[in-house]
Amino acid sequence: MSDAAIGGVPPVREFASAESNRRVRRRYAADRRLQAYGIIAIGLAVGLLGILVTSLVVTGFPAFVQTKVDLATFVDPAKVDPKDPAAGNYRGLVRDALASFMPADATDKQKTEVTKILTSDAPYIVRDYVVSHPDAIGKTITVPIAMSDPFDQLNKGVIPKEVDALSWSQVRYFERLQNRGVVVEEGGRTSLKLDVYVDPAKIEPGPPPTGDCAALARDSLQAYLPDVHDTALFAMLADDAPDAIAKLVASDPNLIGKTVQVSFPFSAPFAELAEGKSPKVPNPRFTPSQIEAFDAMTAKGIVHMPFNWELFFNADSRFPERAGLAGAITGTFLMLLVSFALSFPIGIAAAVYLEEFAPKNRLTDLIEVNINNLAAVPSVVFGLLGLAVFIGFFGLPRSVPLVGGMVMSLITLPTIIIATRAALKSVPPSIREAALGVGASKHQVMLHHVLPLAMPGILTGTIIGMAHALGETAPLLLIGMNAFIPSIENMGILEPATTLPTQIYSWADSPERGFVSRTSAAILVLLGFLVIMNLLAVVLRQRFERKW
Amino acid sequence: MEARPVIRVEAPALPEKQEGALPAEQHALKMAARDVNLWYGEKQALFDVSLDILDSSVTALIGPSGCGKSTFLRCLNRMNDVIEGCTITGDITLDGQDIYAPQVDPVQLRARVGMVFQKPNPFPKSIFENVAYGPRIHGLATSKADLEEIVVTSLTKAGLFEEVKDRLQESGTGLSGGQQQRLCIARAISVNPEVILMDEPCSALDPIATARIEALMDELKENYCIVIVTHSMQQAARVSQRTAFFHLGKLVEVDETAKIFTNPTDVRTQDYITGRFG
Repeated sequence: MSDAAIGGVPPVREFASAESNRRVRRRYAADRRLQAYGIIAIGLAVGLLGILVTSLVVTGFPAFVQTKVDLATFVDPAKVDPKDPAAGNYRGLVRDALASFMPADATDKQKTEVTKILTSDAPYIVRDYVVSHPDAIGKTITVPIAMSDPFDQLNKGVIPKEVDALSWSQVRYFERLQNRGVVVEEGGRTSLKLDVYVDPAKIEPGPPPTGDCAALARDSLQAYLPDVHDTALFAMLADDAPDAIAKLVASDPNLIGKTVQVSFPFSAPFAELAEGKSPKVPNPRFTPSQIEAFDAMTAKGIVHMPFNWELFFNADSRFPERAGLAGAITGTFLMLLVSFALSFPIGIAAAVYLEEFAPKNRLTDLIEVNINNLAAVPSVVFGLLGLAVFIGFFGLPRSVPLVGGMVMSLITLPTIIIATRAALKSVPPSIREAALGVGASKHQVMLHHVLPLAMPGILTGTIIGMAHALGETAPLLLIGMNAFIPSIENMGILEPATTLPTQIYSWADSPERGFVSRTSAAILVLLGFLVIMNLLAVVLRQRFERKW
Repeated sequence: MEARPVIRVEAPALPEKQEGALPAEQHALKMAARDVNLWYGEKQALFDVSLDILDSSVTALIGPSGCGKSTFLRCLNRMNDVIEGCTITGDITLDGQDIYAPQVDPVQLRARVGMVFQKPNPFPKSIFENVAYGPRIHGLATSKADLEEIVVTSLTKAGLFEEVKDRLQESGTGLSGGQQQRLCIARAISVNPEVILMDEPCSALDPIATARIEALMDELKENYCIVIVTHSMQQAARVSQRTAFFHLGKLVEVDETAKIFTNPTDVRTQDYITGRFG
């Protein structure tokens, strides 16, 4: 090769030299590394999203079904006047109907307890049925009535019928005593063999010896676990445990002041635990008569779980089994309507002026920068502004979709203006020139050609802005749009309302168990609306996208 | 619709006219530019351009890129008005009227001075709508039948009607490049202009489509005054009767096409047409 070089021929450049191979390898490695980072990032995002949606679905799923009882109710003409069915004693009717699931000698208290299996609205459900079917008076009707929240949860298995009798720490104490070797088996039963100092200060020698044997027993148990300061520990001793000391001391008064070994019997749950079982007690939330009636209903096969349409068609309620999203959905719709009606024309007008007509000077630059900044202002600030200006200064009512929509249009305006300007910019200048060339005036170019071509982009921006407004919560809380709306009648843009996100907020705050799943269900509904809106934006973009 | 015989332009008798452009005196003066200077912001793009444009003929503007020929063309129908920071001095007249006079509305001017652009730019609407748009906004048609007649006439004049008569409702952007350009010409003549400005109308077309457009220009010059900007000297030689050579924003020379291409006065013209620069 060097000979050839001397002869004037350039050296042959090799693809396969060690140096170049190394460079190529390094470059490939860098390429792969970059790809891997991307894949990891996407995987992470998708994974987290999956976890979120899965947890929402798992938590929210129970809210989409509702436990109901097909309660056969005799509409007693003595309690419901056929002339005025709305005023009847429906509470009494329901109580009578429930009597068939109770023993004949049930007390009033038990009857009241059993009434609580059904939702508190049960009399109104029956009333509404009778009012719309007046010929039912004197007959037995079967109306599906929602169960109250605890029993709904019981039926869904969220709340168990029996709970662990012992707490985790109690089991732990037992295990520690077991390790000390004081849990022994004697005569076929397990008992606790403890050293007891028969304290003369606590026992009078008698005869017969008297004193606080229970305290003695507790002290001796405490002596084995000196670090435990928990009265739950003493639940380990059976009620008759102190008798063991009393008996011992009675048989030999000389033991006072000495230390003796005493075998204490375990209380029932600990005795079970000692046998290796996990002791259970009935759930203290429910009374025996309630459980009995519930079991009777289940056995009769009248308890079922249909799809919970009330979730969509009922307004809010204090009782989770009756609470629905209709009020929130209506309120959201009204608010978005106001917001759209304000921000769409204003946004387009502002964008068209800035993009097409405004002179390029410092003032328009300033306006432009500020519009972009508006998009970054925290929404709670807009809420405060709405509170101060729309409600405080203009004196508009609180909690109403009109004010909510006005605040939301402040939030969506920057999005719409920016999207509209981008859409206007993307219309090729050749179209403007073509229109100008045939003698269209500036506004004709705008209205006939540029705006129609930009419309898909504008609509996409608007829908994304609306989707943003749909999820906003903070400004609505400030203007009070988290009202409790128990009925969707009388809803209007000047009536108090609530919205989906604020409804989620108030449900998440509620202590009832049923609201846990309903909150997740409401989030799923909200996400559903968001997905629909974003899909709409995508469809619009693809359907009307023009190629030049 | 297709039954209407509306062809006004007749093709024969052209060849002998093409031989050596007609002497300038035989054509009426249509547009005249006097001492036109133009600035884009600080930058001067045209320097004292004075040019006569004669009726019923094709005037070609040639010159290297950036010499100001397109800029000058766009002055003729005030398309430069929409460009920010563009200032213009001097006079441009159409039939003796100053087109930059305050009482002249650019929109009305553009109805008389139509324009065809470099890249075919039909509206993304139907073929019919493309042509009907101009007459509609200028109120040239009083009835639907009127409008249809204008559309058919314009398409026929542009030599496109036979090709598209069955699909007038289809999108104008679906046509081929050459067809699109002829559609744009039809659109330009639909408002019955007196002058048609063409800014490199064939630069985006293949040779066959170019030939069609050039033949069309020959037909159209019977009734219209045509000004064309072109980079192709062959095209200028083929279609124009008068040629103006621009260089660095100045009008170097204007004369009958035959003279410019055979015996130019200025050495820069000579250098350009022989390919020494440009």
